[in-house]
Amino acid sequence: MTSNRKTSTWRQAPEFRLAIIAVVVFAFMGMLSPERFLSEQNLTSMAFQFPEFAILALAITLVMMTGGIDLSVVGIANLSAVVAALILTEFVGPDLPTQASLLWLGFALGASLLIGAVTGLLNGALVAFLGLPPILATLGAGLVFTGLAIALTGGSAVMGFPEVVAVIGNTQVLGLPTPLLIFILLAMALHLLMTRTAFGIRISMFGTNPLAALYAAVDVKDMLLKVYMLSGLFASVAGMVIMSRANSAKADYGSSYLLLSVLIAVLGGVNPYGGYGRVIGVVFAVLSMQFLSSGLNMLQVSNFARELIWGALLLFVMTTNTTFLNKFRLPLALHKK
Amino acid sequence: MNGFFPAGFFTRNETLVALVILGFSCIATVSDPNFLSITTVSDILRASIVLGILAVAAMLVLISGGIDVSFTAVAVSAMYMTTTFTLAYWPEMPWPLIFLLSICLGGLLGAINGIFIAWLKLPTLIVTLGTLSVFRGFLLTFVGSQRISALPPDMRGFSRLMVARGTTEGGSFYALPLAFVALVFVILLTWFLLNHTMLGRSIYALGGSVESARRIGINVLRIQFFIYVYVGMLAGLAGIIHGSMSRMADPFSLVGQELSVIAAVVLGGARLVGGYGTLTGTLLGVALIVLVQNSLIVVGIPSTWQSVAIGLLILIGTGVPAWQAKKAAAEAA
Repeated sequence: MTSNRKTSTWRQAPEFRLAIIAVVVFAFMGMLSPERFLSEQNLTSMAFQFPEFAILALAITLVMMTGGIDLSVVGIANLSAVVAALILTEFVGPDLPTQASLLWLGFALGASLLIGAVTGLLNGALVAFLGLPPILATLGAGLVFTGLAIALTGGSAVMGFPEVVAVIGNTQVLGLPTPLLIFILLAMALHLLMTRTAFGIRISMFGTNPLAALYAAVDVKDMLLKVYMLSGLFASVAGMVIMSRANSAKADYGSSYLLLSVLIAVLGGVNPYGGYGRVIGVVFAVLSMQFLSSGLNMLQVSNFARELIWGALLLFVMTTNTTFLNKFRLPLALHKK
Repeated sequence: MNGFFPAGFFTRNETLVALVILGFSCIATVSDPNFLSITTVSDILRASIVLGILAVAAMLVLISGGIDVSFTAVAVSAMYMTTTFTLAYWPEMPWPLIFLLSICLGGLLGAINGIFIAWLKLPTLIVTLGTLSVFRGFLLTFVGSQRISALPPDMRGFSRLMVARGTTEGGSFYALPLAFVALVFVILLTWFLLNHTMLGRSIYALGGSVESARRIGINVLRIQFFIYVYVGMLAGLAGIIHGSMSRMADPFSLVGQELSVIAAVVLGGARLVGGYGTLTGTLLGVALIVLVQNSLIVVGIPSTWQSVAIGLLILIGTGVPAWQAKKAAAEAA
């Protein structure tokens, strides 16, 4: 991406500034309360915490690259978690032998991914075939998905899983927490998809200029369908992580994650008008947010103040990204408006 | 089709929404004859006041080609700050002054949006997402996070002022609060603004194309700034009415409703790309959403299906016109 933009060097890239922000926040928090922030316990608990919304942020990043937005990710995550949870509680129950319940877990995971793919395809169809603006399509569809999850559960949490379910959210593999591992794998996959495949390049192209992409014979409908389907798949993976960590599933889990993941994507330098964005930026954004959030938590700053700080951070980064430092990106934004 | 009906009458969103409302009411009346009563009408009107004012505000932003999700936070902040200020310094303050204070506070918060959007030219969705959490975070951190049920006496007094009240022959009670006049006033003012002033035409022009608007000499910066201040003022009004009528200043209320308000506006035919939107459509959209929220159970659908119903309404209400437009474009080609 960087090689074809003459005006930018790697030091001017928004990702570089973010890396600095992440390091500075980490160092600052480490200095403020070294024995608690830098403790092994805190570091592991952070690594368990952030993947659930970080995966949602990856899903939104992918869609934002096309100039769209997916407001239904949390709805998809919860719907797929509820379906998986119902399968697990209806057919398995807490006291089935491990092997049998592993089989059912596999089945439940498969069902959840299928739900993610189907709901994502539905979003894609609304955007690609009906030509609905992505905000509306995914807002309406998201309400439907959340509503289905409420209708399936009657609004209450589904509990009573076999013990194997906790494996996804609470164990470590090779010293790394499983959710973190899932996030790393998905982030790498998305990075490769965006930079090493023709599909990824078509996404950037479409995001930069939809009309030009159409004239360049990009099958726009097919591309949009795939993008929204992938976003749905990512969301259902996040749903599985949330379900395993909470050891239950409910229609309104993670309702604050939507704002948070849009925020992370934008902080990460993804252009909300489409066309520009890098996974590494999103990773740095997630890390900064998590360090900040954990650190503030230790300084006993309330949740409300954290909300204030996140909002302010979003506005600050947007302002610096588009106005003061990256003047060369402004004409594009203006042109799109 | 020319003559009695205006052009495009049968393909307009307004008609579609009105038909759905009519159909819904028919089904509701069949399944519960009591549905068709003045009590239901007054209930719906009462429930539409706050949603309606917020929807008019959201419509204005959509017409100008932006999208605002922070207005619920503005409403709640203005309401809660006004209430705490009044209680602390002048509990006996008459309600018109309380309302004025809330409106001014709303306008002030709206101006913050205006600075980011008009002056710094940031995308409206991202700015208002940011200010949504800033306003709410500020309110809950620095002003207070307690529900206040001991409101200033004049706010409670306002909620008791009625335009009409009475009892039907069946013995059920109905009442239309004075706050409804505020909704009517907001509608009339905005109608006048949009249809009879240069400012209103400029807002439509802005939604059509910012660049064209700039080239024909419209001061884009000033118009955008005005829009967000006006929206903030309407939100401040809606917030204080909400607080008075629910007889409690709850800093956790309203936020989370922004998307259903926008849904109501879009149902009524306003387009996200800007340039289109009518007050009639917006009010019909509000009526439909309120109707579904309040009376789904009358039609025999359990209330757990409410989100599904509203979500489907949004998809159908925006999908059908989009599909028609696509078909028309294909035929023209």
